Amino acid sequence: MDDTTARDRYAAGVMKYAQMGYWQPDYEPADTDVLAVFRITPQEGVDPEEAAAAVAGESSTATWTVVWTDRLTAHEAYQAKAYRVEPVPGAEGQYFAYIAYDIELFEPGSITNMTASIIGNVHGFKPVKALRLEDMRIPTALVTTFPGPPNGIVVERERLDKFGRPLLGATVKPKLGLSGKNYGRVVYEALRGGLDFTKDDENINSQSFMNWRDRFLHAMEAVNKAEAATGEVKGHYLNVSAATMEDMYERAEFARELGSVVIMIDLVIGYTAIQSMSNWARRNGMLLHMHRASHSTFTRQKTHGVSFRVLCKWLRLAGCDHLHAGTVVGKLEGDKESVLGFYDVLRERHNDANMTRGLFFDQDWVGLHKVMPVASGGIHAGQMHELVDLFGDDCVLQFGGGTIGHPEGIAQGATANRVALEAVVKARNEGRDLLAEGPRILADAAKSCRPLRAALDTWGGVTFEYASTDTLDVVPTPTSI
Amino acid sequence: MRITQGTFSFLPDLTEDEVRAQLEYCLEHGWAVSVEHTDDPHPRNTYWEMWDLPMFDLADAVGVMEEIRACGAAHPDAYVRVNAFDASRGVESVALSFIVQRPAEEPGFHLQRQEGPDRTQRYSIVSYAVERGPEGERYGTRG
Repeated sequence: MDDTTARDRYAAGVMKYAQMGYWQPDYEPADTDVLAVFRITPQEGVDPEEAAAAVAGESSTATWTVVWTDRLTAHEAYQAKAYRVEPVPGAEGQYFAYIAYDIELFEPGSITNMTASIIGNVHGFKPVKALRLEDMRIPTALVTTFPGPPNGIVVERERLDKFGRPLLGATVKPKLGLSGKNYGRVVYEALRGGLDFTKDDENINSQSFMNWRDRFLHAMEAVNKAEAATGEVKGHYLNVSAATMEDMYERAEFARELGSVVIMIDLVIGYTAIQSMSNWARRNGMLLHMHRASHSTFTRQKTHGVSFRVLCKWLRLAGCDHLHAGTVVGKLEGDKESVLGFYDVLRERHNDANMTRGLFFDQDWVGLHKVMPVASGGIHAGQMHELVDLFGDDCVLQFGGGTIGHPEGIAQGATANRVALEAVVKARNEGRDLLAEGPRILADAAKSCRPLRAALDTWGGVTFEYASTDTLDVVPTPTSI
Repeated sequence: MRITQGTFSFLPDLTEDEVRAQLEYCLEHGWAVSVEHTDDPHPRNTYWEMWDLPMFDLADAVGVMEEIRACGAAHPDAYVRVNAFDASRGVESVALSFIVQRPAEEPGFHLQRQEGPDRTQRYSIVSYAVERGPEGERYGTRG
């Protein structure tokens, strides 16, 4: 505003956002600033700097017209500043806009507040055709106001007494229609056969065919029987998602009374409810499994919405112990490098900026617990070597159809997956090349495990090779701010 | 029944060479290997008896193999497992754990139930072997 006097700046009327101070190319972000990078597709005739300034303005202090009441505040401090705009490589008409927000714009420890600011209004703003929040850098000072995952990967493993391999799970299928008694049968068979966890699906709550209470009782009967049958700790993610917090607390309390080690919530319950349930889980020593139900409505399209990597950051801060984060090889959307970036966000102590994985910023997690990523959706025993090679040990691999659809039975399906997993982990530790030798390793393991042979015969050739929608547009040099 | 705790319990029992290969993997990562034994394999019995201290400064898998053999010889009817401990920041926990010896017979567990109101149950997992006698007299004849 060098050549604009305060009188001009605050004259009643409409003024370009850039002129109002929301575009500051010389601004040096402070270590305490919240940073966001948006992919902006401006409308015809709107220059990218003005579009970036508009996004900065509408996600912080601005409204469509000048208001004199700004002058009652330290306005320059509260304004978000768009400080860099660069074209998206290979995508004409799209720009990455970097915006810095003063930390005091945010309520400590509140994802609801952060999202109400950063994605509250701007996505519907007319001067942009489309807008996507690609990544965020949460400053250390704000990270430490969040409690993070109630338990984290290390504590989970110690409680379950399971180390040195991915955990195995399965979602009960069919996801709708089973009675409580039949549902518990699937849980029992899958757990006694060798899985560590079974799981309610996202839309299993309390319907006429199966009341939640009935499901919890039958599932926990199955869990306890399977523990006695194997000598291992087992769990079933009891989905406590419900219409009200009171209902969720009631269901969570009942899960605790029954001795469950884990409960589950869906993303659709909302950020406030997620943080409340996270607090409950921390108070009650309960693992908290998060199903990302609904995320694809806003994470999948490259030009509009919110990247899943941002959601990973919000949910690590909000505090869940498990989060579905993609399989790469399965039936659901997931570009390989993007998915590995999500896993980094969930599992590392510190993320270095890494554009090849879509990480725009350095991000320090300051000792916040790690989230166990869950790979689920259209995966089977024949892909075990690829999954272990991609994701390493700290994840849950979930084979729903790949367990329950086994031709010889559910327990046999579970055994096939567990044998495949242990054989692949053993071979990896012995120094064998999983990608080159994987099929041979699995075939050898199947010689002493008929269910694995049957699984490989049934699904061995099944792949889901579709082009990803949410791919990375890599820029040559990563940046730390 | 076969207790399936530990990383490789679903595979055929590991041979000595296979155990050594896993130990080498642990030592290459700088993990401290330790040996533990028990005759109470309840799934929530975290604290098996330590066979000496974790071998923090040992770099040779042969030395660990000797400790495994010595522990097994002293407790021939017990479960023996190997743990590898990763002391790096943010882990500071067990990185791999697998059973290397088990009793010839594994009678397993039964589920004890206590009926509660409205169909709830209190479950206890009870080891048949532990019910047989005190520590050292639960499996086989020598304990």
